[in-house]
Amino acid sequence: MSTMIQRETSAGADQDGAPPPDGRARDRRSLILIVGLLLVGAIVLIAALSLVWLPYAPSDTTGSRLDGPGLAHWLGTDRLGRDLFTEIMVGARIALVVGLGAVGVGAAIGIPVGLSAAFAVGWLDDTMSAAMDILIAFPVLLLAMLFVAVTGASLVTVTVAIGLSLSAIVARLTRIVAKRVLAEQYITAARTSGTGWLGIVRQHILPNIWPTISVNLGLLFGVAVLAEASLSYLGLGAPPPNSSWGRLLQEAQSTVVTAPLGAVAPGIALVILVIGVNLLVDGLRDVADPTQARAR
Amino acid sequence: MNLLEVASLSVTSSDGVARVRDVSFTVAPGERLGLIGESGSGKSLTAFAVIGLLPAGLKATGSVMLDDTQVVGAPEKNLVPLRGRVCSFIFQEPLTALDPLMKLGHQLAEPIARHQGLRGSALKRAVLDALDEVHLPEPERIADSRSYEISGGQRQRVAIAMALACRPRLLIADEPTTALDVTVQSGVLALLDHLVADRDMAMIFVSHDLAVVSRMTDHALVMRSGEAVERGSIGELLASPRHPYTAEFAASARRIETAFASAIARGRPE
Amino acid sequence: MTPILALDNVSYAYRGTHAGQHAVQDVSFTIEPGQNTGLVGESGSGKSTLVKLLLGLMRPTSGQVLFDGVPLNLGDQSQVRSFRRSVQTVFQDPYSSLDPRQRVGRIVGEPVRSLRVARGRAADELVAKALESVGLAADAASRYPHEFSGGQRQRIAIARAIVSRPRVLLADEPVSALDVITRSQVIALLAELGPSRDLTVLMVSHDLSVVGALCQRTVVLQGGRIVEQGTTSSVLGAPSETYTRQLLAAVPRLPQI
Repeated sequence: MSTMIQRETSAGADQDGAPPPDGRARDRRSLILIVGLLLVGAIVLIAALSLVWLPYAPSDTTGSRLDGPGLAHWLGTDRLGRDLFTEIMVGARIALVVGLGAVGVGAAIGIPVGLSAAFAVGWLDDTMSAAMDILIAFPVLLLAMLFVAVTGASLVTVTVAIGLSLSAIVARLTRIVAKRVLAEQYITAARTSGTGWLGIVRQHILPNIWPTISVNLGLLFGVAVLAEASLSYLGLGAPPPNSSWGRLLQEAQSTVVTAPLGAVAPGIALVILVIGVNLLVDGLRDVADPTQARAR
Repeated sequence: MNLLEVASLSVTSSDGVARVRDVSFTVAPGERLGLIGESGSGKSLTAFAVIGLLPAGLKATGSVMLDDTQVVGAPEKNLVPLRGRVCSFIFQEPLTALDPLMKLGHQLAEPIARHQGLRGSALKRAVLDALDEVHLPEPERIADSRSYEISGGQRQRVAIAMALACRPRLLIADEPTTALDVTVQSGVLALLDHLVADRDMAMIFVSHDLAVVSRMTDHALVMRSGEAVERGSIGELLASPRHPYTAEFAASARRIETAFASAIARGRPE
Repeated sequence: MTPILALDNVSYAYRGTHAGQHAVQDVSFTIEPGQNTGLVGESGSGKSTLVKLLLGLMRPTSGQVLFDGVPLNLGDQSQVRSFRRSVQTVFQDPYSSLDPRQRVGRIVGEPVRSLRVARGRAADELVAKALESVGLAADAASRYPHEFSGGQRQRIAIARAIVSRPRVLLADEPVSALDVITRSQVIALLAELGPSRDLTVLMVSHDLSVVGALCQRTVVLQGGRIVEQGTTSSVLGAPSETYTRQLLAAVPRLPQI
């Protein structure tokens, strides 16, 4: 073999004149990944811990009301005497369960619908695109509220409601990315290799759309957590004793001046989780992609 | 007195990879030089560095003296007077070099107005003359069109007209016909050849195609992996290459050419 | 001898926005075993449409595509499978024709799996042999496409195209995106694969010199119609049509030394 054929490393090496990946940006991305991992990890740890240990039982109202932080109650108590730290821990569990559940529902509906839309042509394509665009025009929270108003509020209905609202976003993204993949030559090559459409979806389309879809699902997780908190804040979330952070915020509202920790603690917890997820997703974006070779 | 003197030019990306390494060459007024190399050889980056148009993230070091002005590290205000008037550039893909929203006549009018100080109907006349000079039929229609409304070959002729509008002394053509059909290519190359000769311009012609370079220049610099590997007349590069890379490059081109010529010869009636 | 592949008065008319116009009109030619054929055309000649018709990705609006003398019926699954086993393709863009998320071994093995040529160990053997025939090391199978250069990727594409032991290799501008050194090597590879594997190459190209280097027969396309066809020597050496002469004159030539 001729020694003249070189191994192209990063994508930039093939094009004469195209800038290669920036070394400083890569370091920044690692930092983002680590910070995101730490933030999300903290919340996940608390949620996992809550399954085996809580400082107090969730319904335990033995503490004195609206106490400040101390040895007995690390973050103080709420207006009914319940331990705030326990409530934060349980809230973490709810946030994660509803967030993941909603994203799961959104993906389970949105991805197949988006794939079908990608294969549609002509009037069917236009109709499906229009339908998705109309649904997306509604804020996720509004759609979720509509569902919950009809079905009544419970952990399950809230999860499904948010999931359904997210599915339109997932469907539209899936359609766009799948259409792009369908235009690639390796899809034509698969057809001439005798692979049927089902095989093409399984072997070529899904793996190639997954990086983009998964990043967006990660971001939608943050949206779902905030939607759940908002629903609970508005009193439309799962009823007590489920101590969602949103409901904690609503309950602490009236006493926020005298006992601020009651609102600050769940607020900070929300911020940590949502920002952490966004950073984590951003940092993971390039790591899992085999096509992003590192320049030597 | 050289028009262009490039000494130890290097172009490095921000993560430290040298895309062009220690390249030196000169171009005298009226002289033509080919820059031959494959993708990734650094030939286009070298061309961009000469006119100070390196993409973001790439830094040039060394010296590029264009008409006694240092280009490397020079601020934009020093480079603007050079562009168009001393040195012009023709890009590979005219679609990206022309503004899709502006009518072509307006785009062409801008450099002409700047250089010749014309206005109004005199300017309009000059624009049509410029389009005529590049052998575009129906210059009024072309002037009134947008870049995507005309063919690739026509676009490249408009790009040539724009590059030549300010009467530059050096023309850099970066793979100007690679994106064109072969029958269109030969017309555009003939046009370039004629205009450059007519105006006594110097030219740097960048291409991966040895046959095309040999049509346009007599001397060439062979580049590979960012380095200048060999410089010589086309004849020398073909018949007595000194570097093994040049030898392989020339031999490959020669092989295809020979097979082609034999096929033609076999079919020729006696 | 029945030609493996033939076009019989094939036309393809546009529907929708360009209805009435033809991409391809009244095209007829045959691919004889052992006769590498070059289909030459510039942009707008209809060659991309012809490629899709020849690959059974589209139906002609009139005329027939004949496979082993029998009209190709895209609805007949077993005929299509047999067709695909016999006619494989190498595409133009080595950066787009390989799935970036699959390892090379899996990519090259796709026709073997989908066309049910072989399974398991036997399939792996075919893949290894194909990689060897194109001059790639056996360990290439476990790497990803982005680890290879353009020329190597095109070799991978050729390996994929020959793994099911087809009789016709349709190469759509296989060397246009490659540098001259790699181009010469890939042409040599295609030339050598032909006789050693009982393979006929049908090459679509805008570059007459490449066709001249590889093919025994040449078909010249312009505006959707065949302008001239015959043995490569007669088409290149004694062209009877003006367009063919123009094409010939336009090919950039190296100076004689």
